[in-house]
Amino acid sequence: MAQEQINKAGLIIIGGSSGSLEVLMKVLPALKKDFAIPLIIIMHRNTVADSALTELFASRTSLNVKEADEKDALQAGYIYIAPPDYHLLTEADRTLSLDVSERVHYCRPSIDVSFMSAAVAYKNELVAILLSGANADGAAGIKTIKEAGGYTIVQEPGEAGVSYMPEQALLTNAVDRVMKGDELAEWLNNLK
Amino acid sequence: MVEAEAIELLLHKVVSRYGYDFSDYARASLHRRIDLFYTKTKQPSFTLMQERLMQDPVFFMNFVEQITVNVTEMFRDAGFYKMLREHVLPVLATYPFIRIWHAGCSTGEEVFSLAILLKEANLLHKSILYATDINQAVLAKAKTGIFHVATMRQNSENYIRSGGKEDFSVYYHANHNNAKFDSALSEKMIFSTHNLVADASFNEFQLILCRNVLIYFNRELQGKVLQLFDRSLDSLGFLALGSKESLKFSPIAGYYKQVVYNEKVWRKNK
Ligand SMILES: C[S@@+](CC[C@H](N)C(=O)[O-])C[C@H]1O[C@@H](n2cnc3c(N)ncnc32)[C@H](O)[C@@H]1O
Repeated sequence: MAQEQINKAGLIIIGGSSGSLEVLMKVLPALKKDFAIPLIIIMHRNTVADSALTELFASRTSLNVKEADEKDALQAGYIYIAPPDYHLLTEADRTLSLDVSERVHYCRPSIDVSFMSAAVAYKNELVAILLSGANADGAAGIKTIKEAGGYTIVQEPGEAGVSYMPEQALLTNAVDRVMKGDELAEWLNNLK
Repeated sequence: MVEAEAIELLLHKVVSRYGYDFSDYARASLHRRIDLFYTKTKQPSFTLMQERLMQDPVFFMNFVEQITVNVTEMFRDAGFYKMLREHVLPVLATYPFIRIWHAGCSTGEEVFSLAILLKEANLLHKSILYATDINQAVLAKAKTGIFHVATMRQNSENYIRSGGKEDFSVYYHANHNNAKFDSALSEKMIFSTHNLVADASFNEFQLILCRNVLIYFNRELQGKVLQLFDRSLDSLGFLALGSKESLKFSPIAGYYKQVVYNEKVWRKNK
């Protein structure tokens, strides 16, 4: 389907807040072993104990899961988790950096901050997915990504644990696709 | 968003006009901060903003203050301060005189936190805390020793988690929105501007703290700054970094040993 719009996906970035953990716990185990696109996950950290998140995800996938460090070079086969209390940014040279600046939408890490910097770095090679949540974080980021030529997906609000976050993103008119949580893994596995 | 090329051009002009060199700062954050400054100051165009920056030194200082990230708190990462109490202060206690440098101290919360630790270890009387930053506005604030009273609850919780045993309110006087910290703490502090990119070493220290500053620099500048710290440390001095910073991959890593596994303090060994 609209996947043809994507020439070459260089990075996948996923943002989520309340209700999104359940989705990721299904998506990550279903990703194929040789999944060859680096993946970043920005989760608002009120749902899970901080250090536990990386371990939790690592236990569900054969891909490498790591809490992001500054200057990490984005690599295929890796899933990078935004550390608690830092914003996670992507540099033009496709490394990561961290920032302790003000919270955005009361959040650090903020999805908007990560989405916007990834948009600049990856332009039309970026695929962004915004999941369930009770916060407006992510909507502005989706808009920036779309403007920079990236591909944007939100979880179907009707089936999201909390519909507010995907709804806010849909209001920007910058969403390419609305998907159910259950469809995500297969869609990602078919990306080139 | 402003184009990356426009940012590069601006940085170039800034160095030649004012000598402030941001060219080795990590770009993503810098770009974002310049964007925010541009939006906030409502300049008619990026070019006009650039012209004004070149002509108006006050506007330029405001720019420096806004593009640097100054967010800080007392006893940030309480476990770090606990480790200082348990593993570093007992060593410092054996010295006749203790010189400490907070590089990138922002509004001073970190400096007051350490002064409290030193006081409780009965070391403050023989210590001096040099606190420096590139940003004059945050230093002016730090010097007042006044912080917003609304942060005191969190500060008190952090303090307790750092191993503090007092009632935290003994350290300040609350007045309306202000909490003014005890001048016995600030008497031992010297605040001054110092730019880690350009300025030299100015003393020899037993402990240097530079937390959440290096994350804003590229690898090369990180290495240069760490070498500056290396030159400024006693032969058995301690170097403390932020919770996501490390000496790994740096030119000085070979001469330093991490004091406690997974905690961000290293001791010089050469
Ligand atoms: C995020 S704050 C860290 C404050 C405190 N150390 C902490 O960890 O809470 C970073 C500070 O570094 C300062 N800074 C940035 N570039 C600098 C430079 N070149 N020289 C000195 N300080 C700098 C900023 O002005 C800011 O106050």
